Amino acid sequence: MLSTDQRDPAAIPRVLLTLLCLALLWPGLRLSELDPGVLLQAENRQQMAGFVSAFWPPAYDAGFLDLLLTATVQTLAVATAGMSLALLLAVPASLLASRALSLRAASSAGRLGPWSRASRLPVRGLLIFLRSVPEIVWALLFVRAVGLGPTAGVLAIAITYSGMLGKVYAEIFESVDQRPAHALLQAGSSRLSAFLYGTLPEAASEVVSYTVYRWECAVRASVVMGFVGAGGLGQQIDLSMRMFAGAEVASMLLTFLLLVVLADLLSRFLRGRLA
Amino acid sequence: MSIRVQGASVRHGQVQALSALDLQIGQGERVAIIGPSGAGKSSLLHLMATAVPPSGGRLELLGEQPWVLSARARQRLRARVGLVHQAPPLPPRQRVVTAVLAGRLGQWGTLRGLLNLIHPGDIPGARAALAELGMADKLFAQCGQLSGGQLQRVGIARALYQRPEVLLTDEPVSAMDPVLADHSLALLNRHAQAHGVTLVASLHAVELALAHFPRIVGIRAGQVAFDCPAAAVSEAMLDALYANEQLASPVASTASPQVQIPRC
Repeated sequence: MLSTDQRDPAAIPRVLLTLLCLALLWPGLRLSELDPGVLLQAENRQQMAGFVSAFWPPAYDAGFLDLLLTATVQTLAVATAGMSLALLLAVPASLLASRALSLRAASSAGRLGPWSRASRLPVRGLLIFLRSVPEIVWALLFVRAVGLGPTAGVLAIAITYSGMLGKVYAEIFESVDQRPAHALLQAGSSRLSAFLYGTLPEAASEVVSYTVYRWECAVRASVVMGFVGAGGLGQQIDLSMRMFAGAEVASMLLTFLLLVVLADLLSRFLRGRLA
Repeated sequence: MSIRVQGASVRHGQVQALSALDLQIGQGERVAIIGPSGAGKSSLLHLMATAVPPSGGRLELLGEQPWVLSARARQRLRARVGLVHQAPPLPPRQRVVTAVLAGRLGQWGTLRGLLNLIHPGDIPGARAALAELGMADKLFAQCGQLSGGQLQRVGIARALYQRPEVLLTDEPVSAMDPVLADHSLALLNRHAQAHGVTLVASLHAVELALAHFPRIVGIRAGQVAFDCPAAAVSEAMLDALYANEQLASPVASTASPQVQIPRC
């Protein structure tokens, strides 16, 4: 009896899980045809060096910088408009999908009944559908409806990102301490009030940081959008790549770097304010 | 009759917290619930606050059966009942003023709650509730910066601001020093008497219960051990109530007033 008590009962499952993960990793490597050795072959090294060396020095003539500025502003506008539209759908969907607003969970220690679990499935399904279709497919669809231009990019980002934001928001709301919101529900408050006073204060900094990160992703996603003629930096990169104008591509990559740094600073600042 | 518990059972997983418990508390009565740790004091208070449904038996609150009502009607009923938690669950980043004003969310609509979050509407009201507990200077502090005893006082202030008809308090003074504990219980009793509020408090400190409450209910193993006026509580009853627990601690000793043994 003593000897069985001294052993950690969780040890065997953990060892087995670790072995299982390792066993799954091997076929995964084979299937993805990963072979880092290819990178080191002389011919491939030369090819890559040739591609990268065309990037230096970055282009900075006045005409190009003017074009770059216009494209950057357009990219930022597309990303911001797409995110705003995405939030319109993501916020209500996340509240519906999350357990955080369940009256029933408040009076049964956070457990959901079968009915309230089932009623959350359609919302979760919608969010999964929205984000499982890549944004480029949505963009190609909308290009047929609204024609070439930024509008297709905005709509595509809005649809895909509402799926991602809604899922992650719902999970953030569930991961913070539920007791404050439950206590408010037990004192008769409405579900939205309980969420605003009990859940949001703790979730706010995570939500803001993820939103800014997604905005940053939306800025980068506009590169993909450019290939379907959705305008902005993406389209410029596409054009410059086709013309083998490495210097221009380098300038635009530096612009992306700057935007990502800005997004990072903004996120830090907002987190600091909310902490 | 304010609260009527009839043969109610509460079960947390495998643990039977309350078994076929009967208790009736009239309008405006002030009752202290005492008993050893794990006897079911918290479960009883949470049951009466409609925080947990009974797994058997009946609960009647302010003339209604909360678990028969629709969800909306139950929320309206809950707004008339206040529960002070032993460790008030307040978000650490929330300001004290918001935490206190949240007491009236059940009476306010969602829109007023939202506006109040942007701009606290009733700062004097929150300040008055906190001032009675000596906490007015902490009005704009964050809850995360407060000590356990201060948080308990914020929890009491929120419940007082809620102005419920039934005020249930679960170990409301367990983290306070003896003077503060005495003051806070006196305040709760004064408030209850002035507004005709039904007050129920679970307490570990027997001497505080006997000093402040006219009626004492002893709970042991999920059932009522005794239910009598404070004057009728005898040493023998307390010894029987706390038996097994009485290894070395002088919990039941009424000879040492003002000494509280905090247990969380």
